[in-house]
Amino acid sequence: MSKKQDKTQKAVIADLALDFSSGFIYEPAPESSSHVKLEKQYELFIDGKWVAPIDKKYFDTTSPATEQVISRIAEASAADVDKAVKAARNAYENVWSKISAKERGKYLFRIARIIQEKAREFAVIETMEGGKPIRESRDIDVPLAANHFFYYAGWADKLEYAFPGKKANSIGVAGQIIPWNFPLLMAAWKIAPALAAGNTVVLKPAETTSLTALKLAEVFQEAGLPNGVVNIVTGAGATGAAIVNHPDVNKIAFTGSTDVGKIIQKAIAGTNKKLTLELGGKAANIIFEDAAIDQAVEGIVNGIFFNQGHVCCAGSRLFVQEGVADKVIKKLKDRMKSLIVGDPMDKNTDIGAINSKEQLKKINDYLKIGVNEGAEIFQPACTFPKKGYFCAPTLFLHTSQSHRIVQEEIFGPVLAIQTFRTVEEVLEKANNTPYGLSAGVWTDKGSKIFNMTTKLKAGVVWANTYNKFDPASPFGGYKESGMGREGGLHGLLPYLSLS
Amino acid sequence: MTTTLKSYDPRFTPPVDQVSVEERCARFTTRSIKKSTKVNGLKLAMSMIDLTTLEGKDSEGKVRQLCYKAMHPHDAMPGVPQVAAVCVYPTMVKVAKKALKGSSINVAAVATAFPSGMAPLQVKLDDTHYAVDEGADEIDMVISRGKFLQGEYNFVFDEIAAVKEACGKAHLKVILETGELSTLDNVRKASDLAILAGADFIKTSTGKIQPAATMPVTLVMLEAIRDYYYATGKMIGMKPAGGIATSKLALHYLVMVNETLGAQWLNPDWFRFGASKLANDILMQLMKEQTGNYQSLNYFSND
Repeated sequence: MSKKQDKTQKAVIADLALDFSSGFIYEPAPESSSHVKLEKQYELFIDGKWVAPIDKKYFDTTSPATEQVISRIAEASAADVDKAVKAARNAYENVWSKISAKERGKYLFRIARIIQEKAREFAVIETMEGGKPIRESRDIDVPLAANHFFYYAGWADKLEYAFPGKKANSIGVAGQIIPWNFPLLMAAWKIAPALAAGNTVVLKPAETTSLTALKLAEVFQEAGLPNGVVNIVTGAGATGAAIVNHPDVNKIAFTGSTDVGKIIQKAIAGTNKKLTLELGGKAANIIFEDAAIDQAVEGIVNGIFFNQGHVCCAGSRLFVQEGVADKVIKKLKDRMKSLIVGDPMDKNTDIGAINSKEQLKKINDYLKIGVNEGAEIFQPACTFPKKGYFCAPTLFLHTSQSHRIVQEEIFGPVLAIQTFRTVEEVLEKANNTPYGLSAGVWTDKGSKIFNMTTKLKAGVVWANTYNKFDPASPFGGYKESGMGREGGLHGLLPYLSLS
Repeated sequence: MTTTLKSYDPRFTPPVDQVSVEERCARFTTRSIKKSTKVNGLKLAMSMIDLTTLEGKDSEGKVRQLCYKAMHPHDAMPGVPQVAAVCVYPTMVKVAKKALKGSSINVAAVATAFPSGMAPLQVKLDDTHYAVDEGADEIDMVISRGKFLQGEYNFVFDEIAAVKEACGKAHLKVILETGELSTLDNVRKASDLAILAGADFIKTSTGKIQPAATMPVTLVMLEAIRDYYYATGKMIGMKPAGGIATSKLALHYLVMVNETLGAQWLNPDWFRFGASKLANDILMQLMKEQTGNYQSLNYFSND
């Protein structure tokens, strides 16, 4: 072959692209919402009853995909929170700590089954209010939430075996504050172990995603859960602060941003409240040259674009061994071209709406920062619906640990890519962060996996997979990603005092 | 263009992660294919079928009737495309060619001591030459699985290259018999090997053993094709065969091709279904989309 032919051939190969836009076009396949029963206005759920907030204050909850108001939510004041805590205390002292552990378990089993029966309705509401694709709420969030109740239902009457040699005692009233990224699942993660361990609960869902927690309250009523065992107080930051500061709450559980986690930790200093925090992350997703490359690319996509990247354990820093970087990035860009961004209620949507206008602004601000910092941005061509808050899946190439977009949690579908050369180098860089929630390792060599997992300072390390959750598996972080674990035996500990 | 490689080096084949492959396949099945997408997909799938009869009891009459079905899938419903090819044993090629005269349907012949491949190379080449001389447009060969599992990759490489040469102008499909290869790593190795040795198409199965085609092996083979395309600019075709009896499953495969290789491969030149029962299931679904009701299978011809 002549030199000229060789050059032309190389140019042809460099231009080779697969056509993911004109093949099989999927017609809209919207999930029906006609079976969903939503009230125009919701009250607070205190002592087994729906009660209006004392100040009669309400706020709208809107769909981030259509920007339309879905319902009105009650805003709990400190006085309402006080009512709720009193109800929880009363239920704890007089009912929940008196019934047998087996009976407690039965309630939890019943709740789990009812969630399964209402699975479709829960999935649709979660998507309508939160913006995540219906496929994810249907296939992941709701099943995992039901599983969590099933799992802890089994523990309720086996606590004497949970910690050999120690007696497990419940604590009292748990105050719980959950985020907007997995509203129903986070409610399950908080309520199930608390109840299994014999405690009662006052829970505040995030203000942009109150509905599935309120529907869960209807499930508690249907299950006949005794009044006051779980109380739902909706509202924003002030409501949360009221729970944290209430003197008769024995334990606080919070999932949310690191900043708020620090505020809470300061607030309870000097009290004897127990605390668990599940905060932010900036996980390293590490691809070695001996990884199964096509499957690793799938893992990258799952790691950062699942739930629009609104995941505390998202693999938001990609480390790819330099020898395979070009190949991985090319395949990644290809794969992104077949992702469908759009109406979360469409069963074919892969990336739904960003949860709120505020969050979209934060993400877009980071996109500007990244570009200004000199990172190379890539986004596949997308058409967004006319209304709603949407962000295209985004790559930032040629970044380093010193870039702000690599250091700070963006909480959106934005991946920062760095290369590395040796195991020591990537370990150092992966751990070079104040966070420590999760990490991913991709290699075909088993010994390499175990070497990495013992040295990565991350509470959860996934090998050749990502974003896998199971109620039996403890979840939580090191350093500023929080303290304490949820799930498994470890997830019971925060709700017990051992003697 | 291609610098012709004289052998296959397994070190250049990347590892495959089975768990992730199965997960990706599961995700293809959650795509919601409705309305016009479904109708277009069904018609596309129909046009990709290699209508197959490979039985010891095949006769001229049987093959003639199958060919008629290939040309007239369901005259009661206009707008149904004809299948891509009819696939028969070499002794039936002439009959099929005559019966399909005037249509654009190809005749594919299985050859090389199908389905076992347990014969000396010369026998396999004679088998191929015979089928090509009888008029076959396409040859579906089988690889020596025993030799492959022994690690004799060069043996397998050489036999494919020899059969390719014997094909002349006919297109060569190389059947890997994935059901005997045991692991997805082996499927990938065999795919890379076959492509380098000269395959025009890589095909999953003979359809004579279980398991036949599955979504995971197909995905691995499509990925091998993709990597080859990026390295050389050359397209290779793919054919899952056996076990694809329902329209729903066929549509899952089309989604897989759509999201792995894209539009260029979504036509009968580059993707085929090796199937027999699938045709009637597609017809039944098409009728249902048109009339709103499912008809009894008795309304669709068995030929």
